[in-house]
Amino acid sequence: MNIRVKLFATLREGRGKALEVDAQDGASAGEILRSLMIKAEDVAILLINGKDGHLDQPLFEDDLLSIFPPVGGG
Amino acid sequence: MYGYFGKRLRVNLKDRTVTVEAWDLKEGEKFIGGRGLGTKILMEEVNPQADALSPENKLIFVTGPLTGTPTPTGGRYMVVTKSPLTGTVACSNSGGYWGAELKTAGYDAIILEDKADAPVYISIEDEKVEIRDASHLWGKAVTEATKALEAENGEKAKVCLIGPAGEKLSRMAAVMNDYSRAAGRSGVGAVMGSKNLKAIVVKGSKKVALHDEANLKALVSADNKKLRENGVTGQGLPTYGTAVLVNIINENGILPTNNFQKAYFDKAEEISGETLAEKYLVKKDPCYRCPIACGRYCKVDDIEGGGPEYETVWAFGSDCGVSDLGAVIKANYWCNELGLDTISVGATIAAAMELYEKGHIKEAELEGLSLEFGNAEAVIEWTKKIGWRQGLGDKMADGSYRLAEMYGVPELSMTVKKQELPAYDPRGVQGHGLQYATSNRGGCHVRGYMISPEILASPEKLDRFALEGKALWVKIFQDLTAVIDSMGLCLFTSFALGAGDYAELYNAVTGGKYTAETILEAGDRIWNLERMFNLQAGIKPEEDTLPKRLLEEEIAEGPSKGWVHKLDELLPAYYELRGWTKEGVPSEEKLQALGLA
Ligand code: SF4
Repeated sequence: MNIRVKLFATLREGRGKALEVDAQDGASAGEILRSLMIKAEDVAILLINGKDGHLDQPLFEDDLLSIFPPVGGG
Repeated sequence: MYGYFGKRLRVNLKDRTVTVEAWDLKEGEKFIGGRGLGTKILMEEVNPQADALSPENKLIFVTGPLTGTPTPTGGRYMVVTKSPLTGTVACSNSGGYWGAELKTAGYDAIILEDKADAPVYISIEDEKVEIRDASHLWGKAVTEATKALEAENGEKAKVCLIGPAGEKLSRMAAVMNDYSRAAGRSGVGAVMGSKNLKAIVVKGSKKVALHDEANLKALVSADNKKLRENGVTGQGLPTYGTAVLVNIINENGILPTNNFQKAYFDKAEEISGETLAEKYLVKKDPCYRCPIACGRYCKVDDIEGGGPEYETVWAFGSDCGVSDLGAVIKANYWCNELGLDTISVGATIAAAMELYEKGHIKEAELEGLSLEFGNAEAVIEWTKKIGWRQGLGDKMADGSYRLAEMYGVPELSMTVKKQELPAYDPRGVQGHGLQYATSNRGGCHVRGYMISPEILASPEKLDRFALEGKALWVKIFQDLTAVIDSMGLCLFTSFALGAGDYAELYNAVTGGKYTAETILEAGDRIWNLERMFNLQAGIKPEEDTLPKRLLEEEIAEGPSKGWVHKLDELLPAYYELRGWTKEGVPSEEKLQALGLA
């Protein structure tokens, strides 16, 4: 299945801003991260289709994964 | 006395007298300093019903016990007065270097009274305090006036001043310092302008006495380590500045766009912190003793200077439908030069754009300029017109509420208590919306930054749509923020430090006896004191609300689609936790418990 991935801030280094990942059916968000060599501890916020997601959450065709390192401001 | 000098300057501008007062700080610990002690003075000395722009109002510059000490970010000062924008208490704080300089001149606060009969500035060099003529500076923009004052007072002098917008009494005028730092909100610059005071120039050579220097040194080094190791304060903010939020707020579907008509901006990437770093960043621009260094210094074409911050990028960017980051940097530059609050100005232009879109503002009023959403040139040009009060800019200069009201549609102003809301659509962050509605200075994100837990997972991730438990989170965040603002530290330290850390720093500096628990109680006390001022000023608890659009119209698209803000379900729990009556008034028991009755 095709999963769309958006990366932000420092996670873009060496990876780019947006990717399409061809994953096995039922793959989880965590598995996608591993395939991109992103360590779970570097991820502060994980959104699946704009909603809070979990690493072990299974994904579906064409889901959008947005991944952020720790960021803040105000 | 440790942490404080126990002295304050009282300057009567009409009589041109300067008095150095011994400040009996018996109550110092109860109200900490900065925002807390400043509000205490305001309560004691200013009639809450006074016209904010009349000589009856006072303008109070106040530092905290940690200002000018070696604590991380310990350089902040607070401007406390009655706000001409909201009619509530105003307390706007700023970083840079000026606050620490004032403190090391030997003063905890300056109280400015009445009004000078001609433009003046105040020069302070330790004990030597003079009121000087400023007629040659009146009408000058911030950089030019600052340079002239540095030439007159020596390069080491630190300058805090108003720009032309403050002179012209714009209710969105800021007090500026160190060129591009701003005590930005609630129109504090207009109060300074109403007193004919252009600037306060300071040179200080004293040291703040510290209670336990050895312990403080150990605490500072431990806290600096926490700040370095925290992902937000050690990595995110130093690398990208606050504008890194553009993408994350947009990906959550809460980036207000076209005056809150939408909550998702499809061109967010073009105005993001990542793009800013790639295309426009020249260098970092940190404040006094700050290990975080979120401040940016950017350049586009022939314009360069401090900023822009996230809020500014949003206000002139997505809120006006503009995707040209270069134009945002220019609008930010003009706000700094004219002395304007970027949030209120950008949001007021956005409101004017909607007034034009809906046919309330007519073509003939525009004098050839565009007021169309998405027009990059418009945000630059209208900012200048607001600062100089030219044409329609004159009507806009008092903020979006008064503007929209003139056209008979105040509901198109996205304000709380007449102050423009910042860069987060509360329909998709329910706790943050409660905090907007209850903020003591009207629409504001830095009275209790609920974005931290609801979006940024700090200190833990909360469900942003959930209502349960949010009232308590809001109360704790508001109380903790009141503590940090009163200490003289930057709020951004709170991504890595907690109430216990602040209590320890306070105790080491002053010899005080705070614990994490009692220091939060001091925050609660300060919050209630502000509330009392507002109630006495005639601000009604019914004004603890949000614009109709946010309560009634569902977000139309994006990740927060379908949501409205459910204030009705949150407010009663909040009042109860505060110990207020159902009507939102602090109960007698509560005031007694806090020592305010
Ligand atoms: S974190 Fe940013 S705003 Fe706060 S003191 Fe440091 S540079 Fe200034």
